[in-house]
Amino acid sequence: MSSLVIQDLHVSIGDKPIVKGLSLTVNSGEVHAIMGPNGTGKSTLAKVIAGHPDYTVTGGDVLLDGRSVLAQEADERARAGLFLAFQYPSEIPGVSIANFLRAAVQARLPEGEEIDATAYYKRLYAKMDLLKIDRKFTSRSVNEGFSGGEKKRCEILQMAMLEPKMAVMDETDSGLDIDALRIVSEGVNALRGPGLGVLMITHYQRLLTYIVPDFVHVMYDGRIVKSGDKSLALELESRGYDWVKQELAALPA
Amino acid sequence: MTATNVSLPPAPVGAFTRAAFEAHLASLPPLPEWWLARKRAAFERFAALPLPVRTDESWRFSNVAGLTLDGFAPPAPARAVPFASIGLSKAARLIFANGRLFSREILAPDLGRRGVVVDTLQNALREHGDLVREHLLAQPARLGSGKFSALHEAFLVDGAFIHVPRGVEVELPIGIFSFALGDRAAVFPHTLVVADEGARVTVIDYFGSQDDTERQLAVGANDLYAGHGARITYVGKQDWSHQALALQSNSTVVRRDASVQSLNLHLGARQARHESHSQLQAPGANSEMLSLTVARDDQEFDQRTLQIHQAPNTRSDLLYKNALLQRARTIFSGLIVVDPDAQKTDAYQSNRNLMLSDEAEANSLPGLEIQANDVRCTHGATTSRIDPEQEFYLQARGIPKRAADELLTFGFFEEVLNRLSQDDLHAALRTLIQTKFAGDKAAR
Repeated sequence: MSSLVIQDLHVSIGDKPIVKGLSLTVNSGEVHAIMGPNGTGKSTLAKVIAGHPDYTVTGGDVLLDGRSVLAQEADERARAGLFLAFQYPSEIPGVSIANFLRAAVQARLPEGEEIDATAYYKRLYAKMDLLKIDRKFTSRSVNEGFSGGEKKRCEILQMAMLEPKMAVMDETDSGLDIDALRIVSEGVNALRGPGLGVLMITHYQRLLTYIVPDFVHVMYDGRIVKSGDKSLALELESRGYDWVKQELAALPA
Repeated sequence: MTATNVSLPPAPVGAFTRAAFEAHLASLPPLPEWWLARKRAAFERFAALPLPVRTDESWRFSNVAGLTLDGFAPPAPARAVPFASIGLSKAARLIFANGRLFSREILAPDLGRRGVVVDTLQNALREHGDLVREHLLAQPARLGSGKFSALHEAFLVDGAFIHVPRGVEVELPIGIFSFALGDRAAVFPHTLVVADEGARVTVIDYFGSQDDTERQLAVGANDLYAGHGARITYVGKQDWSHQALALQSNSTVVRRDASVQSLNLHLGARQARHESHSQLQAPGANSEMLSLTVARDDQEFDQRTLQIHQAPNTRSDLLYKNALLQRARTIFSGLIVVDPDAQKTDAYQSNRNLMLSDEAEANSLPGLEIQANDVRCTHGATTSRIDPEQEFYLQARGIPKRAADELLTFGFFEEVLNRLSQDDLHAALRTLIQTKFAGDKAAR
């Protein structure tokens, strides 16, 4: 049983506060969705959890299984069980998916232990079969010249291979047509289970009809301002975000 | 006039004195008259020419102070050579240690029957004298190393001679190994490849030492001659001792509809100068010049190239990539020359540097000299650093920063390796680079 606990998190880029006191707990087996209008700090939250060096945490904490990850480099966090599915995955020319994932798997082995190449490929192909990805995919350079859908499927394949405890999925639906969205969602659903906690960040409700969340949170101005179950997402879909903003404005400061 | 009467101040010959030259000649078997005469003339040129100085344009940015010839000696014959295999099947293998043949293996049994010669230059001087005379060091050094080319010719002991007759294709690569063994060893490796009309051959030239702390001098050369419609693939792997001074000169001559692809992998030496000349002599000639350098610690790699288009409808394509670590330095100076009647020339020249350290230094001097009016020539140089977003992406998958940078560097090199049409060669070179990058000599 794992947990990702975000406690009163404050984050700035330079001097500009972006996340302003956000708290949230994700346990394994749960799927949480964070929704909110653009510019509210959702993607910043995702990158901060993963350890992007451009952001400064000015307060609060992020704990994986009770241990703070904030002092750790991105690679340490990933090996501890965190995974970020990128909104805009980088293209890495000249590095094949097979070699890239091999390096990532190798990094998880104890010092001095060499990866078993046969077992690695067997597992890689099994995951690709599970996600219905053509095996020829592995010899292509990471994300280079990929369509939006291929990039997102590549992210899901990485997630399947690395078996994280907690996955943060940043706008996984962006740039996808409805067919690609369905395929990617099927992939995520195939990986759902008692060993995985998911934090899905999305602007649109449509992703949530494919990946049904257990909890829905509304993020606005760097904070979570409303939480509920999947019906909250439907309410946001029909009433928009203005309704939440008005509710907030009505509250005493 | 004899050399002793020359009124110039004594030339900086270092250890390579007239007495040393006479002793060298005395150590050789009887030489053909023409070759002896050329060696003597070469020694006079060597002795008369000054060492390069900082103000020489062709040595711009080079560490000319490192070009000392003092303290070297003809090395003793070697009793053993380091294990050297990159796991490639070969048609034949010649191993030279300290300039002399150590072993010769013809592994593809039909080579002799098909008329392919893989032998020493000493034997070839006797048995294939006309071919050797026509092609051995036949092209002038045009990139600044005249003194060192002369030194090479004067002190050349032995080398490899490969002749592939008309229409013959040698499927497996031919491996030439040249080792410098012992502190203060001076070696002069040479590889001469002659591919007749329609012939095909792949040659892998390895240069290595046993001990990275040994101070050595390696002044090598190779001549590649591709006759009408021939195809030569040449891979040079330079992995001398990290205390070595290495100067290598390559001359490639490409005839009608022939094609030469060369890839030089630069890993070793303290200071390595590599000069590469490609002459496109007849229509349809094509030369692809590739290079990969991993420069680390205080290494200096100095690369000078010349693409000479002497006939219409010729093509040359140069891609040199350097990865620089720590305080390493690289110099690339490239020139494309298009003669007046070489219309429809297609020439490319590209130098790309990846800086993995703030203290490393990459110098790039691309150049064009075009005298024809209907040509397509492009040249360019770029210097870049690791992209932090790519690095973060790899780190976010659990790959430590150092390994992430390695992976990105291999990715940077892959564009060059992908030009090789032979997959096993590609894989073997990739392994070599990974080993070097890791600084792990033990696994080699």
